[in-house]
Amino acid sequence: MSGYQDKIKEVALRLLKDGSVDMVIGFRKGTLPMMNEPCFIRRPEDVHQLVWDSNCGINLANYLTDRKEKIAVVAKGCDSRNIVTHIIENKIKRENLHIIGVPCQGMVDKRRIISEFGDTLLDVADDGENLKIKIHGSEKSLKKTDVLQSNCAACIHRNPVLFDELAGELVPEQAGVDRYAEVNRVEAMSPQEKWQYFEDLLSPCIRCYACRNACPLCYCPTCFVDESRPQWVGKSQDPIDIRTFHFLRAYHCAGRCTDCGACERACPVGIKVRQFTSKLNKDAFEMFGWEAGMTLDERPPLDTYKPNDPNDFIK
Amino acid sequence: MKVFTIDKKEWALGIEKAKSAYQVLGPVKEKEWHCFKALGKDEQPDMTYTNTRLSPKFLVQPQTEPMFTYTLDESRPDHHILKEVQEDVCPKAVIGIRPCDAAAFLLVKRNFDAPQYQDPYWLKAYNSMTFVGLACNDPCPTCFCTSAGCGPFHEAGLDVLLVDSGDRFLAKSLTDKGIALLAAAGWNSLADDAGKIEAMKQAAESRIASRISTDRLKAKETTHIYDAPFWEDTAFSCINCGTCTYSCPTCWCFDIQDENRGNTGVRLRNWDSCMFPLFTMHGTGHNPRGAKMQRVRQRFMHKLKYYVDKYDNGIQCVGCGRCIRLCPVNIDIRKVCNQMNDYDPAACVCPA
Repeated sequence: MSGYQDKIKEVALRLLKDGSVDMVIGFRKGTLPMMNEPCFIRRPEDVHQLVWDSNCGINLANYLTDRKEKIAVVAKGCDSRNIVTHIIENKIKRENLHIIGVPCQGMVDKRRIISEFGDTLLDVADDGENLKIKIHGSEKSLKKTDVLQSNCAACIHRNPVLFDELAGELVPEQAGVDRYAEVNRVEAMSPQEKWQYFEDLLSPCIRCYACRNACPLCYCPTCFVDESRPQWVGKSQDPIDIRTFHFLRAYHCAGRCTDCGACERACPVGIKVRQFTSKLNKDAFEMFGWEAGMTLDERPPLDTYKPNDPNDFIK
Repeated sequence: MKVFTIDKKEWALGIEKAKSAYQVLGPVKEKEWHCFKALGKDEQPDMTYTNTRLSPKFLVQPQTEPMFTYTLDESRPDHHILKEVQEDVCPKAVIGIRPCDAAAFLLVKRNFDAPQYQDPYWLKAYNSMTFVGLACNDPCPTCFCTSAGCGPFHEAGLDVLLVDSGDRFLAKSLTDKGIALLAAAGWNSLADDAGKIEAMKQAAESRIASRISTDRLKAKETTHIYDAPFWEDTAFSCINCGTCTYSCPTCWCFDIQDENRGNTGVRLRNWDSCMFPLFTMHGTGHNPRGAKMQRVRQRFMHKLKYYVDKYDNGIQCVGCGRCIRLCPVNIDIRKVCNQMNDYDPAACVCPA
């Protein structure tokens, strides 16, 4: 892990010094346990701020949208897939990017740890394999692989798919994981159970839009929920409007989502936002054999037409 | 002001008694986190909680609040006339609110109860409440209340202060409203060790390691801080969501919307956030705060400079730490506040 960090700093320093990039986008140490903050570095003397550990879950592709500078960006597997999607969708130019790929071993689920240890948690130290949790008067050690974000635990694309150089050796990809276990569980429910399940799932939503804003796919200049002429969606806590927002946003991400987990990680009230996007990821995979962001050479299935597109839904 | 002692064995009974005179609200664990709820018969507040996930400001200013109803049906004599929605103004007892959250209402009150304008919705709701605070013996590492004009045993804004002292609570009555509530609950045994509260208060305050500096904010030139170069760096990671504003006990901004269904409609007041571009969008399409950095700067300038200048009574923050804990990208108001307080344009060496 610290090897990654040293390498990231070394590359960043070189690129800034030789002027091949204007800025490096990465992470700096946060002010709380299990939090790092996305940052930009413009001067070689600030490169020392860059960090890398298992608390870099925020998707940095989100910080590239429409930028015109020459940028070096630190990218784990999912970030790199969102960068691919950004390039395909003309949100950033490939030639303006220098991608520092980071083979990833999963990010820690900070929510799970806080919910177990409470807000009085003092410190979480990461030695690569284990987390040492410090609370008032006691310490507990957890195996990191047991407390990964659920999307990371089921990730099969840990290595960056597009990069200019790597911060470390490629890691073995996980095999035999069930990526759609949760989707299958919901699909097996009766319509009434599903209704109840989604109603319960969305009941804490405060419409802060953290899920949308943390998502690199959500770059519309004006989101449909913010349109005022006409106003498509009401602005109150009416459950119909809340559902409309979540369902429509998920559909806007169909065939584009890389399951980076940014939405779920950002939610201040713990909604499993991925329940929606995972279902659409599964559909895109089953219907089109498609996984978003794996290649620059193919358009996503929902923005192109092929004569052999499945049409079984026409009955 | 008197200090009573409440044996925890008598606590539940007192709460039940209070329910005959008040609607009793208290912290209840729902899913993973605590939230204030109206308590039904035999339902008890969880007095072992640390803090509610979101602030209890919604008790006085709900996220969505109906103000008026109307009909557009022209065959009705009252068509196109706004009719006020009756508010629930029955007496309410808010049990176990943290001192910072209760103090926050006083900061917000300066806005909703100004000499020139009074907000009837906010005031009716606020005045219907009796606040029974629960002192913090174990503050969170993100609490910085003691340097934000507040504290773990802060009394302003409360009617009663409860201190958890093992097998009993010490209850300090602070107002007539508080005395009435204690009487309704039947808690009337005077404590013979009231002095204990002071020692516990000092112990709790000494546990708060996190501090901000605000002493120079007022004297600073507004335009100097406004134009400071650190905003670009501060705002970079911000995703412009509403988490900070919606979880904050002192953010009060709202938006008014009419929602029609068929021929009837309701005028609603909803929370709004200065983080959203739509917040300042003009009808012309021009947005005076069109860039993310401008919106981030606005939130901090409002809390830590404009409010300070306007009311000359401290910052618009009680140090509850929610925005720090919940921010998806770790923007930390403590850091920003200190940057603003320390900023000296003469000493600034801007990168070329």
